[in-house]
Amino acid sequence: MIRYALTRLALLVLGLFVASALIFTTLRILPGDIAQLIAGVNSTPEQLAGIRERLGLDRPIPVQYGDWIGGVLRGDLGSSQLTGTPVVSELLQKAEVTVPLGILAFVVALLVALPFGVLAAVRRHRPDGVAVSVGAQALAAVPVVWAGMMLVVVFAVTLGWLPAQGFPRAGWSDPAAAFRALVLPAVTIGVVEGAVLLRFVRSATLQAMGQDFVRTAAAKGLTRTQALLRHGLPSVGLSVITVLGVQVAGIMVGAVVIEQLFSLPGIGRMLVEDTGNRDLVKVQGELLVLTGLVLIIGFVVDLVHRVLDPRQREAE
Amino acid sequence: MTLSITGLTIDIAGRRVVDGVDLEVADGARVGLIGESGSGKSLTALAVLGLLPDGARVGGSIRWEGRELIGMPDRDLARLRGDEIGMVFQEPQTALNPIRTVGRQIAESIRIHQRGVSRAEAWARAVEEARRVKLPDPEAIVRRYPHQLSGGQRQRVAIAMALACRPRLLIADEPTTALDVTIQAEILELLHHLVDEDGMSLVFITHDLAVLSQIATDAVVLESGHVAESGPLRMLLRSPASPVTQALLRDATATLWRPGGRA
Amino acid sequence: MRRLQWARRVWASGTGRFGVIVVVVIAATALVSLFWTPLDPQRVDIANRWAAPGAAHLLGTDGSGRDILSLLMAGSRTTVLVAVGAGVIATAIGLVLAALGALTPRPVREGVTVIVDILIAFPVLLIAMMISAVWGGSLLVVIVSVGIGFGVNIARVTRPELRRILRSDFVLAGRAAGLSPSQNLWRHLLPNVAPVFIVQLSWGMAVAVLAEAGLSYLGFGAPVTQPSWGLLLADLQRFISVHPLSVLWPGLAITLTVLGFNLLGDALRDATDPTLSRGSAPRGTEPPAAVTA
Repeated sequence: MIRYALTRLALLVLGLFVASALIFTTLRILPGDIAQLIAGVNSTPEQLAGIRERLGLDRPIPVQYGDWIGGVLRGDLGSSQLTGTPVVSELLQKAEVTVPLGILAFVVALLVALPFGVLAAVRRHRPDGVAVSVGAQALAAVPVVWAGMMLVVVFAVTLGWLPAQGFPRAGWSDPAAAFRALVLPAVTIGVVEGAVLLRFVRSATLQAMGQDFVRTAAAKGLTRTQALLRHGLPSVGLSVITVLGVQVAGIMVGAVVIEQLFSLPGIGRMLVEDTGNRDLVKVQGELLVLTGLVLIIGFVVDLVHRVLDPRQREAE
Repeated sequence: MTLSITGLTIDIAGRRVVDGVDLEVADGARVGLIGESGSGKSLTALAVLGLLPDGARVGGSIRWEGRELIGMPDRDLARLRGDEIGMVFQEPQTALNPIRTVGRQIAESIRIHQRGVSRAEAWARAVEEARRVKLPDPEAIVRRYPHQLSGGQRQRVAIAMALACRPRLLIADEPTTALDVTIQAEILELLHHLVDEDGMSLVFITHDLAVLSQIATDAVVLESGHVAESGPLRMLLRSPASPVTQALLRDATATLWRPGGRA
Repeated sequence: MRRLQWARRVWASGTGRFGVIVVVVIAATALVSLFWTPLDPQRVDIANRWAAPGAAHLLGTDGSGRDILSLLMAGSRTTVLVAVGAGVIATAIGLVLAALGALTPRPVREGVTVIVDILIAFPVLLIAMMISAVWGGSLLVVIVSVGIGFGVNIARVTRPELRRILRSDFVLAGRAAGLSPSQNLWRHLLPNVAPVFIVQLSWGMAVAVLAEAGLSYLGFGAPVTQPSWGLLLADLQRFISVHPLSVLWPGLAITLTVLGFNLLGDALRDATDPTLSRGSAPRGTEPPAAVTA
């Protein structure tokens, strides 16, 4: 087990390095003169040279990368090319909005996917099971942005229960208002992601239902439903855990767009702004953090799965 | 204590797979249900316990102790399962839950039907049952997971689970088919011994007359969902009337086995 | 599998039929819109802005008086362009990576596997952001991003199939019979990898449509001058408090298209997997659970 964890950890670190190198080189090597982008169209050669020197763009790429990584390892992601504010502090500040949003969305997704996915599987020959299946298919095809708009139309514009935009300036010191601001965004992302996850839960449950040991459990004296819930579902849970990493990626992506729609001052919206501004230092820092998060969650999920499945523990 | 199946029909996906099967199991009798694969033997057994796949339709009558089982709600059938009628299946590989210890799975049989039993007591009983089915080192083995046991050991666990509550009837669906030949004999002997010891009735399902001859007294021969022939086993072996039985006999005697005992 | 047997099965299933119809309708609309739309989609008519659906404008007009139906029809061209473009790139990348990961000597194989696994962690949207930051947003960025993101996914799914087939008996028989490696490839590998591949492609096109919608909405996709469903969503959204129902149309268009591609992919999978048992999913072929906007 220790050996497995260490191997996965080494792979994680390798993955993080490769990801950082990919991000860095893409942003530097792609055609497009960065100094030009920053200085604008009517810049003089001296201005361009000045910018290049200031940002260290005239040094060889591996050196620039080394500098950046060195900083990252010290916890310094650099500072914005436009405003000069440190990337890390901006990330931490915006995380106040995005992290709760992500967690809420995740909870909503689970609440949608787990019970309804099992229902859709167990009652797949009855109208309610079929309806859930079809509904999930349709919901999974909806663009998150549009779903958000529709919810805004109903709950904000028509009913006026929840805000259509914005996050209280006071932040979390007014928890009720902050929470209200996150409800529609989180539900939007959660329901759409949940629909995608639901289809997976449904097929995993179908597999579980067909398992011989579920039948054995019923033969011992459990009702068929009990047998499925007690013996079949844990293996469904196990396979759901394996797709958690993908779910997180989906929620992250949803957050980028939804923060824009709801004007939430989070990491996603900051990324969009910085990309539009060509603020490469910030963009590379944000991308590194986001992809790093996906990789780390993948690593944790691997370990958890390994711990929970006794078959794998013995596999060495 | 009797099981009485009359005119059983089973339809799956619109197709009639079992068509008018009759089967009588008297108290303490050992009845074989034999036929080629696809003859409907397993489905008949599953119908008794209400464990047919979703969407299967059942007709006819299955009476246990005078109670009609067809149409009985699952909750009531569940009370019978394990407690009055036990079942052992063919594939020990997949019949056990891979993420629970075998001890816990045996103990579950007990705790389902005997509510007052504490976890510790159930565990102790599980060890006893493991010992009863002649598992080596019972105290240690109950802590293991199924993938750590051999095929034969897993089947013993399955038998322990089925018999833990001392049911009156055991249905064994090809319990030795998936096992090594050398282990088959051991498991057969174990089953025979336990059935005798408890005075249980037994329905033994197989496609191998040689195996059946070592354990059953009467037999019903199935072909494509209906009964081809039935009666005391000795008579079937000596003078089989139906071509199906004759074919099965030919298959069995193709090896060195001779009716009435070991080769 | 017989040439057209799977095609017939797809048409026979309700969902498959729906998928095929949707795809055909979208493609047809795109084609037709090159020659004709009810009105010029760019025609501004301030006097008639925010018109409700009616005889003159079947789906109403937007804030500048442009006919929404015409905008949707023209926008379908963008949708088709992105779906096909991304499909082509994803195919190329996917096949190359899968081949590298299956046919090359061990160290190369391991390296490719590691890279593919890491690239999987990059959601399509983030790839698009990355490229947009340097190149600026454009449809090409959308196409390339989806192509990379999905190409890697295709590679990951196709590679084990490739390896399995490489080791299978009839391929060995082919080599024993003296077929050259490339002949072997054509005869055995491609027809067997094709089903898995087509399924992934269909799902990938659904992802492409969603990505275009999201990225255009964010401003990194279609340029303002080009009709696009995502841009339309962005335009109409600004007035959502006053004219809430106008966003219904582009949203429905996107949803139906994505649904069509998804269901087509599902039907293709059901039709081409010979080991599929009723109701359960075959190993390894589930639609990607990541949503892109």
